[in-house]
Amino acid sequence: MTDVKMTVNGKERSGSVEGRTLLVNFLRDDLRLTGTHVGCDTSQCGACVVHVNGKAVKACTMLAAEADGAEVATIEGMANADGSLGVIQQAFQDHHGLQCGFCTPGMVMSAAALLAENANPTEQEIREYLEGNICRCTGYHNIVKAIQAAAANGSAVAAE
Amino acid sequence: MYNFEFAKPGSVADAVSALGEDEAQALGGGQTLIPTLKQRLASPSTLVSLTGIADMVGISDAGGVMTIGGATTHAAVAAGGGAYPALAAMASHIGDPAVRNRGTVGGSLANNDPSACYPCGALASGATIVTNAREIAADDYFQGMFTTALEEGEIVTSVKFPIPERANYQKFVQPASRFALVGVMVAKHADGVRVAVTGASEGGVFRWTEAEEALNGNYSADAIDGLNASADGMIGDMHGTPEYRAHLIKVLTKRAVAAS
Repeated sequence: MTDVKMTVNGKERSGSVEGRTLLVNFLRDDLRLTGTHVGCDTSQCGACVVHVNGKAVKACTMLAAEADGAEVATIEGMANADGSLGVIQQAFQDHHGLQCGFCTPGMVMSAAALLAENANPTEQEIREYLEGNICRCTGYHNIVKAIQAAAANGSAVAAE
Repeated sequence: MYNFEFAKPGSVADAVSALGEDEAQALGGGQTLIPTLKQRLASPSTLVSLTGIADMVGISDAGGVMTIGGATTHAAVAAGGGAYPALAAMASHIGDPAVRNRGTVGGSLANNDPSACYPCGALASGATIVTNAREIAADDYFQGMFTTALEEGEIVTSVKFPIPERANYQKFVQPASRFALVGVMVAKHADGVRVAVTGASEGGVFRWTEAEEALNGNYSADAIDGLNASADGMIGDMHGTPEYRAHLIKVLTKRAVAAS
């Protein structure tokens, strides 16, 4: 067993993991942060996307031990401090960017990573960035609209 | 996944020492190895992570050569490989953004997947693969599908890419895997043109020497018109026949020359 310590959504968390423990299993089973989903478990679908040191990664294809000492952000950290939905989450609700919701945590985390890199992406850039996130419900159209709206709201906030 | 011990050394020397243990295996970004472990196709006793070795991360360019640390991610090359734009563009289309944030240059070259992009980039560039023990020319390094000149426990610490005068990589994406169904990189160096092909051959990445000769005489897409890549030894699967892949080699080579 390996002892790991990481900052998850701003809080110090620690645990003891096997070598083979995946980051997504540590988050879900040990920390009980079950918002991060396991869809395909083969690094195709992106339902497990979290941020490690600010970068989007597939938590099903990274060992928990590799995240020792890292800053990890999950969907549970995306809401505002008062519990209301964050800008991207609210945009997904407003634009019907989800139906069953299974892929949504990964979609929101990928969207957040994209907007951190590129505050005003084109539709094409959004679609390319979501190549590793699969949604079986929406046909992506409303997800793209939601991210465009979040980008517009984000820049409005920054401009104030 | 079978269980294993996990080690994350901070230096190349410590990593080499850890890899000397029985059944130890190096772990780069894990974007191929972790799925392989999940399928129980490998059962190392210890995984030795190379991502904690600061000396193996980074990009520098000097004297017409761009050097990339073996543990540098595809995303870092895409963002910081401006000295060799064709290579940075190639890195920016590997997998998807989350895969590019983990996957590494050294990991890709050590694995030598027959459909991966980096073996093609390294071969077309005439790169030198630098390990903890020696330097290996790309022409000697790739030895067939998933086979390289690396010895047991040898680590790709960096890769030196000579920057061509002109270059372009054309990737015909297999949309499910996001690997290349066929990929072609054309690089025009001062001492000649190199054309490398990935995704097509059962022997892994290879140089299309007939195209190189034609382009040495006349560097234009038209120079390829009279050539046809042979379908012998090409991969045939549900995504494409050997003939289809051979046809793609020609089409993509012409596109790469035109875009370079």
